[in-house]
Amino acid sequence: MGNFQFLPEQASTLAPEVDHLLYFLVAVTVFFSVVIFSTIFYFAIRYRRRSANEMPDAHQAHNGYTLEIIWSVIPFGITLVMFTWGASVFFTASRPPKDALQIYAVGKRWMWKLEHVEGQREINELHIPVGRPVRLTMTSEDVIHSFFVPAFRTKQDVVPGRYTSTWFTPTKTGKYHLFCAEFCGTKHSGMVGWIYVMEPNDYQTWLSGGATEGSLAENGKKLFEQLACSNCHKDDTTGRCPPLPNLFGSQVKLAGGGTVKADEAYIRESILQPQAKVVAGYEPVMPTFQGLISEEQVLQLVEYVKSIGPKPGTGPADSGQNPAKKPSTAGSMPANR
Amino acid sequence: MDTAVAQERENYLNASHGLKSWLLTKDHKRIGLLYLFTITLFFFIGGAFATLIRIELLSPQGNMVSSETYNKLFTMHAVAMIFFFMIPSIPAVLGNFFLPIMIGARDLAFPKLNLLSWYLLVIGGAFSLFAMIAGGVDTGWTFYTPYSTTYSNSWVIATALGIFIAGFSSILTGLNFIVTVHRMRAPGMTWFRMPLFVWANYATSLIQVLGTPVLAVTIVLLFVERVFQLGIFDPARGGDPVLFQHLFWFYSHPAVYIMVLPGMGVISEIISTFSRKTVFGYAFIAFSSVAIAVLGFLVWGHHMFVSGQSLYASMVFSFLSYFVAIPSAIKVFNWTATLYKGSISYQTPMLYAFGFIGLFTIGGLTGLFLAALGMDIHVTDTYFVVAHFHYIMVGGTMMAYLGGMHFWWPKMTGRMYPEGWAKLSSLVIFLGFNLTFFPQFILGYLGMPRRYHLYPAEFQVLNVMSTAGASILAVGYAMPMIYFIWSLKYGKVAPMNPWGATGLEWRTASPPPVHNFEQTPIVTHEAYDYTSVPAEEIEVV
Amino acid sequence: MSNHAHSESLELRVQFDTAEQQRDASTLGMWLFLVTEVMFFGGMFAAYTVYRNLYPEVFAICSSSLNAVLGAVNTCVLLLSSFTMVMAVRAGQLGQQKAIIWFLILTLLFGGIFLGVKAVEWKEKFDEHHIPGQAAFHLEGLQQADQGHAQLFFSLYFAMTGLHALHMVIGAGILLGLILHAKQGRYSASYYTPVDVAGLYWHFVDVIWIFLFPLLYLIDRHLGK
Repeated sequence: MGNFQFLPEQASTLAPEVDHLLYFLVAVTVFFSVVIFSTIFYFAIRYRRRSANEMPDAHQAHNGYTLEIIWSVIPFGITLVMFTWGASVFFTASRPPKDALQIYAVGKRWMWKLEHVEGQREINELHIPVGRPVRLTMTSEDVIHSFFVPAFRTKQDVVPGRYTSTWFTPTKTGKYHLFCAEFCGTKHSGMVGWIYVMEPNDYQTWLSGGATEGSLAENGKKLFEQLACSNCHKDDTTGRCPPLPNLFGSQVKLAGGGTVKADEAYIRESILQPQAKVVAGYEPVMPTFQGLISEEQVLQLVEYVKSIGPKPGTGPADSGQNPAKKPSTAGSMPANR
Repeated sequence: MDTAVAQERENYLNASHGLKSWLLTKDHKRIGLLYLFTITLFFFIGGAFATLIRIELLSPQGNMVSSETYNKLFTMHAVAMIFFFMIPSIPAVLGNFFLPIMIGARDLAFPKLNLLSWYLLVIGGAFSLFAMIAGGVDTGWTFYTPYSTTYSNSWVIATALGIFIAGFSSILTGLNFIVTVHRMRAPGMTWFRMPLFVWANYATSLIQVLGTPVLAVTIVLLFVERVFQLGIFDPARGGDPVLFQHLFWFYSHPAVYIMVLPGMGVISEIISTFSRKTVFGYAFIAFSSVAIAVLGFLVWGHHMFVSGQSLYASMVFSFLSYFVAIPSAIKVFNWTATLYKGSISYQTPMLYAFGFIGLFTIGGLTGLFLAALGMDIHVTDTYFVVAHFHYIMVGGTMMAYLGGMHFWWPKMTGRMYPEGWAKLSSLVIFLGFNLTFFPQFILGYLGMPRRYHLYPAEFQVLNVMSTAGASILAVGYAMPMIYFIWSLKYGKVAPMNPWGATGLEWRTASPPPVHNFEQTPIVTHEAYDYTSVPAEEIEVV
Repeated sequence: MSNHAHSESLELRVQFDTAEQQRDASTLGMWLFLVTEVMFFGGMFAAYTVYRNLYPEVFAICSSSLNAVLGAVNTCVLLLSSFTMVMAVRAGQLGQQKAIIWFLILTLLFGGIFLGVKAVEWKEKFDEHHIPGQAAFHLEGLQQADQGHAQLFFSLYFAMTGLHALHMVIGAGILLGLILHAKQGRYSASYYTPVDVAGLYWHFVDVIWIFLFPLLYLIDRHLGK
């Protein structure tokens, strides 16, 4: 316990921003506390009661509109600064850059399952390269969890039945705590893990090492065939169901009017609740897969649909090598809430 | 109870005898004391859970109780403290006792309803106690779905039912207070002559009446969902688990103000009395209570910045949250200004009031951290939040409650408490409190999540400090318990107006007669007009 | 309080100075209570609104499966009961003791009819397997995938109509008490506050139904057909 710290390590681009906000807030807190405490202290000494039946002068003002206005308006101005500053940090923290590395996380009592698009699967550990934005798309198989990495100053609830996302750019290699921050039952405090931030080269070595069972998209393709999805979803418009190539990221016209953006949440919903948003011109013939496939399998299917999307996305082979030139389609999505 | 006084004259304590005369009483003062016994019991139950939590957290490996037990401990600590101690504390004990007297009424508007409220709290408390004894509940006091509805194997229903019933106690108390303030004021007691304690309780009652029913319906939905598995909050069946959070916080955020507003009222009384000065900016303090009550309903979403609600909803909630800061700041500044050129004495209630202002200021300012979106992402659901709300609830409300108990103890019992011991205990509590909870701000920023049984070893030093503080705090709380009881028999007999205060409650005997006043008072002065107190009635102790 | 000198009567309890103050306090108290009731049902309505927006088609189909004729009949019955309640209060004002009793009995009767019809409706749902949580739950005209959402509708339907019916039962109990007291001749032109206040409550329960009926039975009914 030698090196006692007041701040957790700063290991993401967000961390210094949050810490600067902290310094400001602490400064305001100290300033007002000192002003109030010293005033009270001074008054308490200066105007202490000197005899039991002492009465202060009864004719002083006990209303001061100028004062009231001053001490309402000044704090209000300061809180406006706090709001704006806080909101701008939050805004950055909610908007992942387009070239972010896509990783999926599934919370399950009481473990974190993390999946790289290349197919590496980790439990309670996440290996990522330094200096590159990482975007997590997360869901839960049971209750609400929360993905919390103090060193990155980032936290996002992981909610069953929907996708939420968060992102960060690690700035320092090392090993950082991962906590579940939303109470999830008996072993909540055991739902912890480590984030390993590695040099890009080490990360590549790590990625290529270890046996994988194929990339997420490849597994998704296998599943797509096993579940006989391909019987109806043909590559052209001859099937009973809409074709999926070039679907991801596009605007889809719906039966009954309206459009929806084909993002991860939409694809997930279409697999689990096909009747929810039916594509214009098609009959609602698709059966539901709710309860038949796991959240991880849904992720594989989603990744497969993304991989046959319009742009060369985070395909299995080339991902992570020259990310800057190949903006992933995933990045164009707004933070999915 | 105290024979010396009894021989002199009849009062509400000696007017009738026997258990039945207490259990069937319609006297608001006796009902206030019934509440006092009940919530003191729950305070010690909740305190026992807190003690076990702090002892357990001495070590990061958690070698005293299992994780399952630990989860039950922090849940039951919160349930006992929030629903059965904090929410009823100042309104139901001090408010019940003094609100009618302070406006010159003989009783509340609905005395039977008042008694019913107490019975509801007892019945609700019994359900929750049963749940605690039968095996406990482990969902956290927030009962987040779907954990509470589908996954938890503990006594969720019994606990929720207890809270549901206690909620009606809170609603009926609020209703009773509002009607009393509107319809029962003595001649001359205009709205702007009412003591600020009455204003604070009035604002609190508005929240109780408007907010608590939403908690009730939330619990009904939780109940049917858990029993019948209907899918209202279950995503697998199209339900929305986050809807529960919205409904829950719609009540539970205003509930924070149910807990702290009456405390602010107590502080206004004490600061004025012990500096013998009219409260500075009376109208601003009065209206800031109402403003907090109203604004409190608009900010619930600030508990949900990382829940997945939309970015823009979060921004609006963050923005509105800062508006609550203004009326709170106004109060603190006005209290400080009240001291200016006063005649300040340092009796125990005043020490508690100083403690309140200090701790509430820190608690309030750290609330601004949590309202700042970018900061909240990092510190929400960590010990930072734990520290923040304990500064408000324990540092604020508990200090005000103890301050009020000391302030009004002579009136309630007819006896003075021992001043030396009381001063010492207030100091012990102040120091113990800060040592317990200040380290938790740092723990939280370092990243220790709340509700963690096991934690990484690097957090141990701060946890040990916190536990050390808690043991001091426990001693501090035990002391008033002992000397208050001692004073019932051995305390000096209290005069009518020991502090030279202005309120109507100091213009009647200590303890007051059954119907509060020998004659209905006629109010001719503004509140806190120290020139109005006849010198012969003041017997400064 | 038992041995206190103040003499307490029903007409003027000891904490009040005048009968008028007492009446005002009781009325204000009831209004406040009704405000809490609005908030209580408001939470339900909020949940209903959220889910109706999430699954509009399913909810339309569910709505049209409800028996609108019985619903309409019940609405009329309840409006009639409100009318007789008003007449009971009026009789109180005029101090007509017999009339108070008769109008209260009529109100109770209409309330009973309402609950009877409601029971028939619920029985229907049970026979049709429209009870949420039931293994056999099935609503005709819906895909298997949407049965869960239909269960949501019926959960809310039973929760809302159930709570409303509970309020009716409580109201009936209050009416019964009033009738017994009226028979003892407790009410007069100078003291009929309980009848007045109970009337407020009864009208409120009536108004809640006026909201429930279109929300559950009528909106988008044509879409479901």
